[in-house]
Amino acid sequence: MSTKQLELKANEIRQAIIKMLLEAGSGHSAGPLGMADIFTALYFEVLNIDPKKPDWPDRDRLVLSCGHICPVLYTTLAHRGYFPVEELMTLRKFGTRLHGHPHNLALPGIENSSGPLGQGLSQACGMALAAKLDKKKWRTYAVLSDGEHDEGQLWEAVMFAGKNELHNLTAVIDRNNIQIDGFTEDVMPLEPLADKYRAFNWHVLEIDGHNFEDIIGAFRHAKAVFEKPTVIIAHTIPGKGVDFMENDYHWHGKVPKSDEAKLALKELRTLRGKIVSEHE
Amino acid sequence: MKYLVPLHHEKFEEIPPRDGFGQGLLELGKNNPDIVALCGDLVESIRVQSFAEAYPERYFEMGVAEQNMAGVAAGLALSGKIPFISSYAVFNPGRDWDQIRVSICYSQANVKIVGAHAGISVGPDGATHQALEDIAITRVLPNMTVVVPTDSVEAKKATLAIAKHVGPSYIRFGREKTPVITKDETPFELGRALPILAGSDVTIIANGQMVYRAIMAAKELEGKLSVGVLNMHTVKPIDAKAIIDAAKETGAIVTAEEHQIIGGLGSAVAEVLGDHHPVPLERVGIMDTFGESGQPEELMEHYHLGISDIVHAVERVIRRKNAS
Repeated sequence: MSTKQLELKANEIRQAIIKMLLEAGSGHSAGPLGMADIFTALYFEVLNIDPKKPDWPDRDRLVLSCGHICPVLYTTLAHRGYFPVEELMTLRKFGTRLHGHPHNLALPGIENSSGPLGQGLSQACGMALAAKLDKKKWRTYAVLSDGEHDEGQLWEAVMFAGKNELHNLTAVIDRNNIQIDGFTEDVMPLEPLADKYRAFNWHVLEIDGHNFEDIIGAFRHAKAVFEKPTVIIAHTIPGKGVDFMENDYHWHGKVPKSDEAKLALKELRTLRGKIVSEHE
Repeated sequence: MKYLVPLHHEKFEEIPPRDGFGQGLLELGKNNPDIVALCGDLVESIRVQSFAEAYPERYFEMGVAEQNMAGVAAGLALSGKIPFISSYAVFNPGRDWDQIRVSICYSQANVKIVGAHAGISVGPDGATHQALEDIAITRVLPNMTVVVPTDSVEAKKATLAIAKHVGPSYIRFGREKTPVITKDETPFELGRALPILAGSDVTIIANGQMVYRAIMAAKELEGKLSVGVLNMHTVKPIDAKAIIDAAKETGAIVTAEEHQIIGGLGSAVAEVLGDHHPVPLERVGIMDTFGESGQPEELMEHYHLGISDIVHAVERVIRRKNAS
């Protein structure tokens, strides 16, 4: 896909996220919107996958560690063809396959269960280790939040991946600087985050998490790194694309009401007034 | 006394059950290339050493990081491997319980959790290192299988059995040498209690090293009471039929375990009896308290896990049975 096409796809995914959150009535808004570009890049450009064969043994694995941003995972999977787009409207409802936090056995394309923070990188390390043991070429990608770096287990996994030189593992950190109680640097300072990873024998890249050339370039770069796992610190804007949600930590754990959703969708449709939407 | 299955009489060799686990793991490594072993800085102590030496490419030293060990194992299992994760039971499943709950049990990751040095009999290390709650916290998890082998021979069989079983499993054993009562030819089936002695007055249901003590208690009561003994090595799934049958046949049950009386084997038996066939029940176990330092045998006596404690529990339950 061209950069333009990816941007349009990400915009489509953001609109679907707003709609599903409005319908669900609970969940997280800022994180999913902030990660829409990276998920679009991963599922439409980077990952070696086949939505028709979700259990294909040689597929790349994507482990979502911060399970609460699953609306962006669900939306991207649906738009990539893993399951019907209409099913997105069942998020968090009784009988759904789209649970409030993802379950590996519930939906095709979901590799791991997450919710309690800090567990995903360990799971991803196990997968990367299995590929190495079997001398397979498939790669493991782990999506981490910045806030979950408060968890001790995450650093255990960082040490482990560095020790075992898991070059087939790429972690991407959603560095949006917010968590539930406020800014990460107020709640529990993480900086200097890049230096910390370097100290644990990781290759570190820092990118603008909304620039598709940056995003895809970093994932390509990571494939060329040997004897080290790579972490991509992706600077993102929480709530990206919706003016009143951007950079406001209050939107971490709440969803838009009907009028707010309307406003958000209009903004996304018109790319902030740059174009006239056919719906207007 | 006449055993219902082939078992050792009189002369009992004393071997730590972890030796049986180590032999089982080595055998598994030889026969199945998908078996991998992870250990948290205790490779010799838990007898993972021989596997690590024979199959170094399939052994991973995890350091003192049990939470990561459980998570890495989940990832390995979701990619087709059968990982055994070993540490002391206080740390695994203690320290890494949330990882076991979500990354392993909820995800149905085929991970085998090995809890060593369990029970009060770990001795001088004291209360922090005496796992007395591990059965309760594993048994409560959906999809989990929980096994407490009675000796080193059964520990080997249990190790092979949980590897064959597809699904999260927990196996626990103590540190000390314990009497070997089972033989190679003694039957072992996951989820099926092993009948040891037939009795008509009371049945003792025990696991781990308490099975030996239950047999000794039955011996002491010989001539006075007809005491049955069941080895309930699998706590989950519990062999409900064996418990109900015993309750119907003898009308009185005593449980014996090296674990808190809350949440362990005694509780599992009480649940089955309460649901299906209530009869008087006495539970021998740790009475809702933490341990302390001391020699293993001193502690077993002090915390009422001795042979005489089982005998007293039998006498109590018989009084209750006769009064009702």
